[in-house]
Amino acid sequence: MPILEHLWIIPLLPLLGSAINGLLGAKWPNKIVTSVALGSTGLSFACALEAVREFIAGGQAPFRKQFFDWIIAGNFRAGFDLQLDQLTVVMVLVVTGVGFLIHIYATGYMAHEGGYYRFFSYLNLFMFFMLILVLAANFVLLFVGWEGVGLCSYLLIGFYFLKKSAADAGKKAFIVNRIGDFGFMLGMFLLFRAFGSLDFQTVFAKAATWQPEAVGQFGTLTIACLLLFMGATGKSAQLPLYVWLPDAMEGPTPVSALIHAATMVTAGVYVVARSHVLFTHAPTAMYVVAIVGCATAIFAATIGLVQPDIKKVLAYSTVSQLGYMFLACGVGAFGAGIFHLMTHSFFKALLFLSAGSVIHAMGGEQDMWHMGGLASKIKVTFWCMLFGTIAIAGFVPFAGFFSKDAILFATYQSEYSGKALYAVGLVAAIFTSFYMFRLIWLTFFGEKRYDEHHVHVHESPGSMTLPLMILALLSLVGGWFAAPALWGGPNYFADFLAPVFGNAEAPGGEAAHSLELTLSIVAVLAATAGLIVAWRMYSGKVVRGTSTGLHKILYNKYYVDELYQATIVGPLVWLSRNVFWKVVDVGMIDGSVNGIAHGTEAVGDTVRHTQSGNVRSYAVWVIIGALVILAIIFWPLWRPAFFVATSGGVR
Amino acid sequence: MELSGHLLSVLIFFPAFGALALLLLRGDDHLWIRRLTFVVSVVEFVFSLFLLRAVPINAPGYSLVEFGHWISAPPINYHLGVDGISMFLVILTTFLTPICVLASWHGVHHRIKEFHVTLLLLEVGVVGVFLSLDLFLFFLFWEIMLIPMAFLIGIWGHERRLYAAMKFVLYTMAGSILMLIGIIWLYNATGSFDLPVIQQMLHDGVLTLSTRTEILLFLAFFLAFAIKVPLFPLHTWLPDAHVEAPTAGSVILAGVLLKMGTYGMIRFCLPLFPEASHRAAPYVAVLAIIGIIYGALVAMVQPNLKKLVAYSSVSHLGFVVLGIFAFQNISMQGAVFQMLAHGVSMGALFLLVGMLYDRRHTFEITEYGGLSTPMPRLAAFFLFVVLSSMGLPMLNGFVGEYLILLGTYLVHWNWAAWAATGVILSACYLLWSYQRVFFGEVTHQKNCALPDTDARENCILVTVVIVTLWMGIGSPFFTRRFAVPCQTVLEQMNRSFAQEATLPGSIPKAAKLDSSGRILASTATPTSSERSGTR
Repeated sequence: MPILEHLWIIPLLPLLGSAINGLLGAKWPNKIVTSVALGSTGLSFACALEAVREFIAGGQAPFRKQFFDWIIAGNFRAGFDLQLDQLTVVMVLVVTGVGFLIHIYATGYMAHEGGYYRFFSYLNLFMFFMLILVLAANFVLLFVGWEGVGLCSYLLIGFYFLKKSAADAGKKAFIVNRIGDFGFMLGMFLLFRAFGSLDFQTVFAKAATWQPEAVGQFGTLTIACLLLFMGATGKSAQLPLYVWLPDAMEGPTPVSALIHAATMVTAGVYVVARSHVLFTHAPTAMYVVAIVGCATAIFAATIGLVQPDIKKVLAYSTVSQLGYMFLACGVGAFGAGIFHLMTHSFFKALLFLSAGSVIHAMGGEQDMWHMGGLASKIKVTFWCMLFGTIAIAGFVPFAGFFSKDAILFATYQSEYSGKALYAVGLVAAIFTSFYMFRLIWLTFFGEKRYDEHHVHVHESPGSMTLPLMILALLSLVGGWFAAPALWGGPNYFADFLAPVFGNAEAPGGEAAHSLELTLSIVAVLAATAGLIVAWRMYSGKVVRGTSTGLHKILYNKYYVDELYQATIVGPLVWLSRNVFWKVVDVGMIDGSVNGIAHGTEAVGDTVRHTQSGNVRSYAVWVIIGALVILAIIFWPLWRPAFFVATSGGVR
Repeated sequence: MELSGHLLSVLIFFPAFGALALLLLRGDDHLWIRRLTFVVSVVEFVFSLFLLRAVPINAPGYSLVEFGHWISAPPINYHLGVDGISMFLVILTTFLTPICVLASWHGVHHRIKEFHVTLLLLEVGVVGVFLSLDLFLFFLFWEIMLIPMAFLIGIWGHERRLYAAMKFVLYTMAGSILMLIGIIWLYNATGSFDLPVIQQMLHDGVLTLSTRTEILLFLAFFLAFAIKVPLFPLHTWLPDAHVEAPTAGSVILAGVLLKMGTYGMIRFCLPLFPEASHRAAPYVAVLAIIGIIYGALVAMVQPNLKKLVAYSSVSHLGFVVLGIFAFQNISMQGAVFQMLAHGVSMGALFLLVGMLYDRRHTFEITEYGGLSTPMPRLAAFFLFVVLSSMGLPMLNGFVGEYLILLGTYLVHWNWAAWAATGVILSACYLLWSYQRVFFGEVTHQKNCALPDTDARENCILVTVVIVTLWMGIGSPFFTRRFAVPCQTVLEQMNRSFAQEATLPGSIPKAAKLDSSGRILASTATPTSSERSGTR
């Protein structure tokens, strides 16, 4: 059966797995739940591979198909339309492939946890929505995946819902994402107003014919792009909406690896890359993307320098690396951004899973100051994590080197403050290398800083180490698509994506090539610098000092959470409770309603005294009434003089 | 088929016959009372499904029209008709009623026969409102519906039920009286209570209202509807009514009664008073947006779960009003869809809150906490409904909200931008309250051993879940049935509005209408038909 014609199978399989496990899994032993979960994702991965094979065999023309109408109103149509092009191919393979590996890992990691079926039901549901997101052929269906992965993120972060911190973190993730979605929705509306459709094909084809807007001009495209980017900052944890991602580490570690490192958080980058036609026509928006990406890269990296929690370091590292991807998109190197997205999904998934393996070995301990000297005890984990670290630090010939190099090179060449952005990006690269090797030394070397009587360090089971080894291999070779470019050959990855992004990023030439080589050497030197500083500071005996000055600010993450709490969340809740509810609603509005009621009652209470039952008082009322009636009847007789007098006075 | 000729009458009066049959049962035969009511309401629901087949999809105007003379002077007629909009509202009503019967199976303990009779009579009133095409008949059903609802709150409600019932009746009556005046005024001007007739007169230019008259009439109708919706700042009856009403009352109240207000706006305010509607639109939109944001913020800080849901209703209905008053085809369809979606998901929320109440006899959020542990199924259902209520794509809440915002954005981007903040806030209050009720450790001893949902409750909730999913995924089934009626409303508006705009120059003011608002048809007719001929 040609899978390409039935693309819906790829997302549907995980959905089925999720439904089956969610509805029936509660009573099943873990084994059956595992087979359903792994079976559905594995099959989905296989289908994806087959679809990609057919796609490439079929000449690589974008494949689009409409399956059914989802929303129709007037001239608005949103359908369940899927498409497959080169960009989607990369994303689908990353999602299903890395996703499958993480599923395998999770069967080991979660084996002794309660709610096993629930966990896999959520995880499969996440796969469904993520695949919808990357396969969607219009913005609205993309938004389905977009919101859906947010939901799964909420469910999985709050998986240990008995812990208040976990439930809080899930809620925070969802709400912060919703703030981004607010922008994303308005962006969609604006696009619909401008192009009369939200289909990728129609929108991009029409936008391509538009005149690019000037820098500093806030035309339709610029505003639409900025609004879409607002959504991306929420989902991909960029400034100023990154705050949910570090908290999201409350979730089980496989979740952190899958959702909060490899796939979901890259959705923002994907959207920007997908909409590259719009962005290239809106240089102002591109500039904003580049600056936000660059600022996030350095900002998060500085926080990562001092975090004691192994997962938090990786979380801030993720935020920082996502910043690199946006930087790439912002300078027009969409291909490089997607390249880094892919390699990052390999090595960051690897790092998170290794961290999970460390935590598993340490019996739940996450503070690196309570680790140390683990290298000899958990060898496989150590080597895998080292691979990941070398890859993210950007040493030749690991994957991170090629992708980060491509980004920095493109940034350097950008005409919009390229050199300055490059410099910041390079400093962030030094920091990256530093905090990663700091993590390695604190965790795996030095003296043991844990109580050996209580912590029984042990290597993880095969179901966990196998995915680690595969990912370690990918972290090594994942970047080699671009390797020939180093000695002047083709960049296979960029060439593959060229039908999508065009040749916008091919400055080429001998001068450019030698410049690229120089920059590569500088990048490796930067990584080495970080490595050396980390080695000097953290090899040997280390003491956890008291936190002061700059260190304290970094340690407390620049107090951003506290700032948001004090300036936005707190005042809003206070205002709602003490002003809107208690004063406006209960006091003013309802008060006046009840006031009318009480007033009516008071009037009635007063007037009722006239009903005294006293005949003489009634007689008086009769006379008064009669007089009033007479006065009205005879009104015309004595009116004229009065009327003339007044009306004469007025007119 | 004989039935289809009088399907609408059957739909209105079948529950009344059911109520009569109930009266024949012995008062202490609770089981059979419940069974009979359930059967009657299910049969009624099945009848209403015939509408789906009987109402043509693309035909403008009303179908299944029934006309009978009732009172000759003034000419009040028994005039019924249905279009795509009212059809779904009727189906929503008949769908929620059997669910309410099931939901009250154990929750109602006294005057059980009276309770079910009241419930069926309420259905008579509500279905009547949606099917009447005669203004007087409409008003009659509008008022009839008040009485059983007030009884539901006042007799089977909670602690402050009398206060809430009184407030509900007085609030609504204040609006109704204005509407009655408006209806009589219109009759005075046209000599008819018949909606299609009056619309035709407006269309043909036989009837033209001066701007001032039109605005006054618009306000008379609009206020009645706005109170029912309820639109900020006329909403304060709602939280009280909801908190005090029994579960069935809340479900019908939130599910259907509020929609009578928005339905009235679509059916009467817009087509009859287009110019006034246009003039009022900015103000109405601002009130709607305030309602969206304010309702959400106040909901966020409620310590009482049912009040929280009630305020969220204010917020959601703000979207509907906004969608109507953006005068866009897309947003109008979104508004109608949102009316239906809100009916289902808000009804479901009240059902769930009612189930919590059945177990613990409190609505205070602080009394709960950690309920996921003793009742995982209820928690899952609750989460599902919460998600649909905050507009997660593929569930029913999204379609309406999205279309409303999209349609509104096309003409007033700033309205849509303000309203869209409601999307953020709904996530805040819903997730926060959900967390406080269901997550964490169980903090109260009483909550440790609460029973999870039983078969009856599962049956109710699964039904709701299926409908929610269906509406969220298969929305064209609904929208294509009311696309034409929505378009018709807008065309009626624009046509008469365009005429209205061109007329004043050509017709002498004195000829147009006299002091009471009565038009002088003889001068107006030729001019306007001439104009519509040239256009």
